[in-house]
Amino acid sequence: MIEKILIANRGEIALRIIRACKELGIPTVAVYSTADSLSLHVRFADEAVCIGPANSQSSYLKQSQIISAAEVTNADAIHPGYGFLAENPDFAQMCLDNEIVFIGPSASVIKRMGDKAEARATMKKAGVPVIPGSEDVIADVKTARKAATAIGYPVILKAVAGGGGRGMRIVREESQLEEAFSTAREEARTAFGNSSMYMEKLIEKARHIEVQIMGDNFGNIAFLGERECSIQRRHQKLIEESPSPAVTEDLREKFGKIAIRAAKAVNYSSAGTVEFLMDKHRNIYFMEMNTRIQVEHPVTEMVTGFDLLKEQINIANGLKLPRWLRKFRLRGHSIECRINAEDPYKNFLPSPGKITAFHAPGGPGTRMDTHVYAGYEIPSNYDSLLGKLITHGKDREEAIARMERALDETIIEGVATSIPFHKAIIKDPAFRAGDFHIDFLKDFKF
Amino acid sequence: MKKSQILDLVKILESHDIGEIEVSRWGQKIRITKNLSGNAQNVVHVKESLLSNKPPHFVELAGIAEEHKPAPNEENDGGTEIKSPIVGTYYQSPAPDAEPYVKAGDRIAIGQPLCIIEAMKIMNVIESEVSGKLVKILANNAQAVEYNQTLFLIDPAG
Repeated sequence: MIEKILIANRGEIALRIIRACKELGIPTVAVYSTADSLSLHVRFADEAVCIGPANSQSSYLKQSQIISAAEVTNADAIHPGYGFLAENPDFAQMCLDNEIVFIGPSASVIKRMGDKAEARATMKKAGVPVIPGSEDVIADVKTARKAATAIGYPVILKAVAGGGGRGMRIVREESQLEEAFSTAREEARTAFGNSSMYMEKLIEKARHIEVQIMGDNFGNIAFLGERECSIQRRHQKLIEESPSPAVTEDLREKFGKIAIRAAKAVNYSSAGTVEFLMDKHRNIYFMEMNTRIQVEHPVTEMVTGFDLLKEQINIANGLKLPRWLRKFRLRGHSIECRINAEDPYKNFLPSPGKITAFHAPGGPGTRMDTHVYAGYEIPSNYDSLLGKLITHGKDREEAIARMERALDETIIEGVATSIPFHKAIIKDPAFRAGDFHIDFLKDFKF
Repeated sequence: MKKSQILDLVKILESHDIGEIEVSRWGQKIRITKNLSGNAQNVVHVKESLLSNKPPHFVELAGIAEEHKPAPNEENDGGTEIKSPIVGTYYQSPAPDAEPYVKAGDRIAIGQPLCIIEAMKIMNVIESEVSGKLVKILANNAQAVEYNQTLFLIDPAG
């Protein structure tokens, strides 16, 4: 049995993992950079180890420091959270080599699904519908031109090692191709250390719908419903919800079958998300698979009543998925707003600094997952996520009403936040009607 | 763990023919060992983590990119602080039965080996970046150390 878990992450997700560990009675070790010494996850953990200076490369991404921290504290398991090393197959392997349980899927599965081009090929072979695109990695502009002509414009160039919306470029006509190709490659190289690109047909006005699955080490896969994540700004999700207002019972069953087929094709275990695009004709296309717990996992927890983090730990402990999961029902509706330290009145300029006043909302169906507090100094070295505000209601209307109320109750002073923007979206009639797609925010008047 | 619970464990140990009890609950572990010669001497070992929760490091958050090295060695009333660049286990000598690398009062030259920090089965020799007199050694042999933890105080004027 796992006796001590080291959390190889920071911020709100580190806190979330610590909470799951506490409920299971498992002691925790936090690791932190010098910029995070006053962070909440450091204070809430049983032990804390400083692993490096502020920049992520030398701290949260420094595999040797993290493994070393596990060694000196006798931690026998590591939860990587999301981002950082969560989908790094070398790190997962290093844990294994050092007899530390990596709470997530195996290194080989992470590697397989982490290469987006290979993931597409694997899924295609398994009979999962994929977005029409290039078979292989695109080596040069000439190949790109050929592929784009074969697929048909408009196309989108994507980084093979990509994620988080970076290393992507839309190309509407051939004249734009060369420049788009070189800038996308450069962005991919800097962000992921790998400039390899692949190409997909651009499906316009699609909805981004993703499915939460959970697998144990015995080949059982559970389908935990879908999430609607079309409200995105520059490919970054801002508002997520479950279930999707565009998904009927029949469609849900279809999503479930395809997602489980995808997961079984790679022998998946632990938490995972299969991302799809659904076009206006309700055709479903596999986009990519995320082999980690995701930021927006709370909306799934609210509508299933299921603790995803505790289940990840249980699975890592060799337990089977509970039987009741095979026949669950989605209960009510849940919405999440990602609150960032960005100024929506200044084109979302990042706003680090000290939080002078903080008050979290409360009341029925309201949940706030955050690591910030009054007096907390937001470091400028990491992402701008301050916290997630999640509501749940008996139906979508109630979830929305609660979100509106909760956003009004939330006080964060001292830094600019995206709350005014969230309020505007929640009030929008098209959003309320559930009538939107991934380009919704492009035309949104704020 | 409550005192009464510990006394219960001691009683169990004394009245039975067992040498050792270890109980683990909610992250706390306690091990009670009976002296092997049969005396009713009970030595209580409470398993603790190797690192205690340290007070936070107050480091300035500059927008300047930081190097991989720890914060520049600060002036202290004892001298320049030599800090650990990595997480690991501190050893004062090159081998278990060898003489320690240095002791308080020694004259230190730049580049002189001060200690070993073991991380992931690799022995990293930490060399001094300053010269001067070794005022104080702040780590204990086989102690776990973290990034930026002060190990030595060297007085450059000494």
